[in-house]
Amino acid sequence: MAFDYDKYIRPGKLPHIWCPGCGHGIIMKGLIRAMDSLNLKKEETAIVSGIGCASRLPGYIDCCTLHTAHGRAAAFATGVKMAKPEMTVILCGGDGDGTAIGGNHFIHACRRNIDMTYIIMNNYIYGMTGGQFSPCTTTGAKASTTPYGNPDPGFDIAKLAIGAGATFVARGTAYHAAQLDKLIAEAIQHKGFSVVEILDDCPTTYGRRNKYKSVVEMMNRLKEVAVPVKAAEKMTAEQLEGKILTGVLHKVEKPEYCEEYAKVLQRAQAAK
Amino acid sequence: MAKKVALLQGNEAGAHGALYAGCRFFAGYPITPSTEVAEVMSAELPKVGGRFIQMEDEIGAMAAVIGASLTGAKVLTATSGPGLSLKQENIGYACISEVPAVIFNVMRGGPSTGMPTGPSQSDVMCAKWGTHGDHPAICLVPASVQEIFEETVRAFNLAEKYRTPVMIMPDEIVAHMRERIVFPEPGELEVVDRTKPSVPPEQYKPYDTSFGDVPPLAAFGSGYKFHVTGLNKMQDGFPTTKAEVVQAEEERQVRKVEANRADIMKWEEYLCDDADVIVVAFGSTSRSARFAVNEARKNGIKAGLFRIITFWPFPEERLMELSKKVKGFITPEMNLGMCTGLVKGCIEGNAPVLGIFRVDGEPINPGQILDKMKEVK
Repeated sequence: MAFDYDKYIRPGKLPHIWCPGCGHGIIMKGLIRAMDSLNLKKEETAIVSGIGCASRLPGYIDCCTLHTAHGRAAAFATGVKMAKPEMTVILCGGDGDGTAIGGNHFIHACRRNIDMTYIIMNNYIYGMTGGQFSPCTTTGAKASTTPYGNPDPGFDIAKLAIGAGATFVARGTAYHAAQLDKLIAEAIQHKGFSVVEILDDCPTTYGRRNKYKSVVEMMNRLKEVAVPVKAAEKMTAEQLEGKILTGVLHKVEKPEYCEEYAKVLQRAQAAK
Repeated sequence: MAKKVALLQGNEAGAHGALYAGCRFFAGYPITPSTEVAEVMSAELPKVGGRFIQMEDEIGAMAAVIGASLTGAKVLTATSGPGLSLKQENIGYACISEVPAVIFNVMRGGPSTGMPTGPSQSDVMCAKWGTHGDHPAICLVPASVQEIFEETVRAFNLAEKYRTPVMIMPDEIVAHMRERIVFPEPGELEVVDRTKPSVPPEQYKPYDTSFGDVPPLAAFGSGYKFHVTGLNKMQDGFPTTKAEVVQAEEERQVRKVEANRADIMKWEEYLCDDADVIVVAFGSTSRSARFAVNEARKNGIKAGLFRIITFWPFPEERLMELSKKVKGFITPEMNLGMCTGLVKGCIEGNAPVLGIFRVDGEPINPGQILDKMKEVK
């Protein structure tokens, strides 16, 4: 029997705003399958986003949803989680929202290792505003504000998250749809700050400026560059040139922020 | 039993006022001259089961209190000038999404880094016009340590009652002053909690105006699920660009405060009944003004003090009434004429308004005010 997505979709809120060929819908379905596999209660789950195409996702899912200001999802979500640690808190948004204007909140959420899951849909571009380059746009690529090619080097989101202290970091792609629910579910189950970077496409504002002839071609690129971490172990540096690792890239156990704060409560109350 | 008495600093009194009001979440970022509020909250909140977090920046602190407020907690953040500028983005978010929050802003010299340890009263316009777009504004300007405690409690009450961010803005002098404070007993001051929904979750809409201009607010994690956005929204919380809905919602958000001006406005009239000259002042400047008024009375000048306690909404109606029977107003303030302009604007030329402006980090002294009174003919 086909999976019933409707049980997590808000009645009457579809169709979504995403363009034909955009991978955000594939990722949303992955998130819904992950939520279902963990049997998450809608009333006990908060989905928090910033601004941008990807940040519209919470509006479609029937939970406690918070569509905040540009880049601020991690900071709003930290308030939700700190005040109600028993809630499952999931963040989502795009690469520009999360790593440019929201970069500071992102790295500090990683550092605190607060028990939340951040799904970053990386389509290498600011889509909603019409295709300006983001901190993840490939060097040399064309964007509406890099008509002569992008001079900026890009972020590796997963490395950034690991460096900042996130205790679970995974990467998937919109092409490898079947893998997404497992990656997201594992991230949600992990105690601590989890980051799932999902490589995505934006045919409307990225593809057409960078000589991709079709959405299929963009999706095929994701298929071609992705190498599962296990497979990469058997590959040479030469073979890995230009490839992007997918799967669970980093998983360690460290004290979780809300649990550490619970100890603060105990110490304060013992001293009273 | 005798009431608890203490020698307390203004900022400390603000923190204790917040706890009295039931505040259980604080997010902040270190900034002079408001940091003592965060320090007291970091020590006291965990004792009562509340939570304190020092965020990575001022923007994040404002964001975190909004997130926490949506779980049903009463929330506070504290800052000063440059921090207030940074918080304005999410203050606007709290206005449009109608989330209660209290912002304790200690006024220091500005703009920008200005004079971090010097007093000013130059953030009062920022309290109303700092974030973009039309929105309601409530701002309280206490003048003593005792009043900081009591007005902080009132700030929480107004935030909860009207589902909106409320600013309390002592100037640096009042915030760092140490004075005797008598702690109110529990129950002595009114404490207001936000209205919770009376309908079951499946019928709940976060902006349901059938309950009036201030719709009940459910809490995340309490069995209700709903959507909150910074976009213009419909009654169910989802975004809309429908012209008539946006117009009605924008007007309601401002109306819920403006239609309740009488409930929110607060001022003190001291010797104003027969006054020829009224000093309109607030915060620490009102203390110099009171001294000047007493001195003037000794010298036969019929002087009075109109002390503003609620700066926004501004007490226009009462100043208009008073303007019909005075020879002039004196408006001393530690800025270059923010309150003066407002007084002029609401009395329609009925009386001269003589300002005294200092932005040099020094308080306005009673002598300056007495001298200015002599110019009122």
